Amino acid sequence: MLRDQDRIFTNLYGTQDFGLAGAQARGDWDNTKALLEKGREWIIDETKKSGLRGRGGAGFSTGMKWSFMPKASDRPHYLVVNADEGEPGTCKDREIMRHDPHKLIEGCLIASFAIGAKACYIYIRGEFWLEGNNLERAIDEAYAAGLVGKNACGSGWDFEIYVHRGAGAYICGEETALIESLEGRKGQPRLKPPFPAGAGLYGLPTTVNNVESIAVVPTILRRGAEWFAGLGRPNNTGTKLFCISGHVNNPCTVEEEMGIPLKDLLDKHCGGVRGGWDNLLAVIPGGSSVPVLPKSICDTVLMDFDSLRAERSGLGTAAVIVMDQSTDIVKAIARLSKFYMHESCGQCTPCREGTGWMWRVMERMVKGQADIGEIDMLEEVSRQIEGHTICALGDAAAWPVQGLIRHFRPEMERRILERKSVPAQAAE
Amino acid sequence: MPKLTVDGIEVEVPAGATVMQACEAAGKEIPRFCYHERLSIAGNCRMCLVEMEKAPKPIASCAMPATDNMVIKTDTPVVQKARKGVMEFLLINHPLDCPICDQGGECDLQDQAMAYGRDGSRFHENKRAVPDKNFGPLIKTFMNRCIHCTRCVRFISEVAGAPDLGATGRGEHMEIGTFIEKAVSSELSGNIIDLCPVGALTSKPYAYAARSWELRKTESVDVLDAVGANIRVDVRGGEVMRVLPRLNEDINEEWLADKSRYSVDGLKKRRLDKPYVRKNGKLVAVEWPEALGAVAHKLTQTAPHKIAALAGDLVDAESTFALKQLFTSLGVTSFDCRIDGAAIGGGARAGYLFNTSIAGIEQADVVLLIGSNPRWEAPLLNARLRKRYLTGALTVASVGPQVDLTYGVEDLGNDPQVLDSLLEGTHPFAEVLRGAKNPMVIVGMGALTRADGGANLAAARGIAEAYGMISDGWNGFNVLNTAAGRVGALDLDFLPQPGGRNLAGILAGAASGDVEIVFLLGADLADTSALKNAFVIYQGHHGDSGAAVADVILPGAAYTEKDGTYVNLEGRAQRAQRATFPVGDARDDWKILRALSALIGKTLPFDNLGELRALLAQTAPSFAAVGQVTQAAWGPFGAAGALSTAPYAYAISDYYRTDPISRASETMAKCSALFVQGRQPDDLLERVGTYG
Repeated sequence: MLRDQDRIFTNLYGTQDFGLAGAQARGDWDNTKALLEKGREWIIDETKKSGLRGRGGAGFSTGMKWSFMPKASDRPHYLVVNADEGEPGTCKDREIMRHDPHKLIEGCLIASFAIGAKACYIYIRGEFWLEGNNLERAIDEAYAAGLVGKNACGSGWDFEIYVHRGAGAYICGEETALIESLEGRKGQPRLKPPFPAGAGLYGLPTTVNNVESIAVVPTILRRGAEWFAGLGRPNNTGTKLFCISGHVNNPCTVEEEMGIPLKDLLDKHCGGVRGGWDNLLAVIPGGSSVPVLPKSICDTVLMDFDSLRAERSGLGTAAVIVMDQSTDIVKAIARLSKFYMHESCGQCTPCREGTGWMWRVMERMVKGQADIGEIDMLEEVSRQIEGHTICALGDAAAWPVQGLIRHFRPEMERRILERKSVPAQAAE
Repeated sequence: MPKLTVDGIEVEVPAGATVMQACEAAGKEIPRFCYHERLSIAGNCRMCLVEMEKAPKPIASCAMPATDNMVIKTDTPVVQKARKGVMEFLLINHPLDCPICDQGGECDLQDQAMAYGRDGSRFHENKRAVPDKNFGPLIKTFMNRCIHCTRCVRFISEVAGAPDLGATGRGEHMEIGTFIEKAVSSELSGNIIDLCPVGALTSKPYAYAARSWELRKTESVDVLDAVGANIRVDVRGGEVMRVLPRLNEDINEEWLADKSRYSVDGLKKRRLDKPYVRKNGKLVAVEWPEALGAVAHKLTQTAPHKIAALAGDLVDAESTFALKQLFTSLGVTSFDCRIDGAAIGGGARAGYLFNTSIAGIEQADVVLLIGSNPRWEAPLLNARLRKRYLTGALTVASVGPQVDLTYGVEDLGNDPQVLDSLLEGTHPFAEVLRGAKNPMVIVGMGALTRADGGANLAAARGIAEAYGMISDGWNGFNVLNTAAGRVGALDLDFLPQPGGRNLAGILAGAASGDVEIVFLLGADLADTSALKNAFVIYQGHHGDSGAAVADVILPGAAYTEKDGTYVNLEGRAQRAQRATFPVGDARDDWKILRALSALIGKTLPFDNLGELRALLAQTAPSFAAVGQVTQAAWGPFGAAGALSTAPYAYAISDYYRTDPISRASETMAKCSALFVQGRQPDDLLERVGTYG
């Protein structure tokens, strides 16, 4: 279990002042100038050494991402912070922006400096009204204190920071769709390549990072990459915000060490599964887009990128959705399919056509109104979507269904056979 | 020059090429729906997926830049499966109504479903239903068939420059449409029908008229403007069903303007299908011998200086040549082909051509428009200007009324005196012209058909010379002709000969009685009141203004009905081919004149088209090199004189009704009512889809 002195987000629950005074009392903005003076290379190297992997879901090395930005360039660079937290089950970024916005703002300054960006855009989910207000207030404070703006923190680096509110589309959390939306267009993912580091916002080099990835950077730099790398497991280092929801006694967002066993996470922080561990049916370990895990795997699995990948699921955003035996698992996944159908941007064929198809079949599966063979067909349809789309939403739509079929096929078959065995009229 | 391997074949492609182009270079065909080489890359259909070594998933070959040492596989199980999957997705919500679809037989989706489709459907849900949209009188929509490739959206916003189309809605509710229901207002709108890979956008006038495999296809050229777009005329029986563009990189690329595409219904209306002779003030249908006899009698009985000939806008060079030969042998000297009174011809050939050439526009960096609205006078040429504009660093300035040309235009006002100050070098724009590398000036008929047209031409010439537009390898002086037959007639010197009268002289003479016979070869004058007293012979294909005043009508052939040579505004001779036969008793125009010459006793020296064309090539070199543009030598042209202060008015006031064919077309009448007069024609009020 993570020791209190290793916590990065010390005001996660809003028990203290979120404003500048409170943040400074917690150690934020402490001689940021000195960090900047160590230079771009140092910041990127430290971040690489810390092993920080992007907290938005894909788990790509943050330092590596920064190093893709052109080094010598006379064109403007941009940092875009993805605060469009819409993955069902996820509620970590909003806690940061609501209770600890200065961590994010300081991180924005440092990251922007590291990638040579003089401007940073924070694209915040429109529904996060209070979070946006808090963030804007914090930014105003930072401007007033000379921490950002011209000659930020006295470092000689001019840095502007803007908040842009989204309008409610899940797809705008995809980095290139976010950029399109930020430019004022319909939020649809772009083709890659070119990647944002080459041609992003307004066609200029851009790095898009998750809120949490940015917010942890100042602390990593202050305490040293070794400290962060010393937490967790190799290649899955540091601390992570876990958002646990569903059938636990005490749903919460909590900062924990990477690689904590799922059972520990639920038992120690959430008061255990409702009705005891044996009442557990399944867990979606990383937000709605990753495949569901049955209890047998949950017993032992560790919560980090590679362990969950080995179980053919993923850490995603570390949004743990717990379902006990009372859950209609087929219906739960069908609901997710509906979500992905609704949020598909409609640009490319497999996702536009396939998500609706999957949802409709899933709805029939809930009632068992299908043939056994259609389970295989559903699996095949999901494979036809996966990996064939412009962005990852196609994968995100396919994985929950694949997870369901992988682990709960008997349940699906049972419903179909049960319905078939009942005379048609009685079933109505 | 990246080198890569496609299915084991090593290919080298130009830098910036895509994987798809590399595959094509290796001779591998990649199926595609959304990709089009003249539009931006969307990468949304996902049909062109190929496997790339070291990539975890298949890549969209249309969007992936080719780089060194790539190893591409286009025919692996992974690729086949991916394409089959995409095809299945495209078809699940497609209505599969091929038997009643106008696209049937020439449908990309149909063709590729043969290669990648399943034999049956696994989709047991309800298909999506999308209300059809009303895109105006030209484009019929079947939105259920739409596969959301966005080719139409990209064409309209990129090439046509009218941001009318877009996608609304998300996911499977995404729809292509005009946001607010309206007609797609572009002169190039018909091209989205060709671009649509399925039957979602089809031709409204052609709806349910024919199946593509029933049509006989003839390659020809368009004559409804002077651009000379290459077309394919599709005929069933004796009827022209539709006109489609044909690829010609130097002229129309693969686009076609709406008037050229949709005027064909005018070929079936108001046609002159019998010879007529006016008896007791009324035109009476007669047989050929009588009509020709009447003409021959009249011509032989009249002194040559009392005879005049006018050639119209749509005439082919063969008949113009034949008429001039015949009348010259009679001693006639009054010829004119400039029936709008344009002050061109009579000087160097460069003085009436679009010397830069259409493809040459892409090298220009500054364009000065004088009294010209290319959007209506030559939509395809305007599309080239826009294409050039989009590549950046092009300045366009216009002297004339302000109109939306689909690209940024600096408005220099509508005062011909601007030309004077440009000549003097005092105008602020002179600085821009001086700094230009390849400047162009485009003079429109709006500036040349005025009383001071000659002075305008001279001023434009002066500007061209003063700002270095004429040099080795670059000629920036351009006249934007609007009539397809005009340049050919000018090349044949169908102009007043020594002692002869020009258009104004002929009309004045006809009014005063000094000119007794006026031969109108397809010449439909805007004002025919001066011809009331003269004996008027009209040879042409439509009962327009010329036929109304005629005393004898000789029914000729329209451009789809004869083999004719047309010289486009660049000076490029092109051959139109007979796609169908002239209606009724109508005949090929040159044959009518050949028959007339025999009756008069001045038999023309050719018995067939080959002999006629050989003579034509001897007379003017431009006819010898069909399909080629030969750079015209610079020389004197234009007339001295002061420019008037009257503002310019553009030559075309209604794009959709400029000539006898388009004026006879019902489709063009609807377009004119809607787009020009701003009226809703009755059948546009019929709502579709959700409007019940």
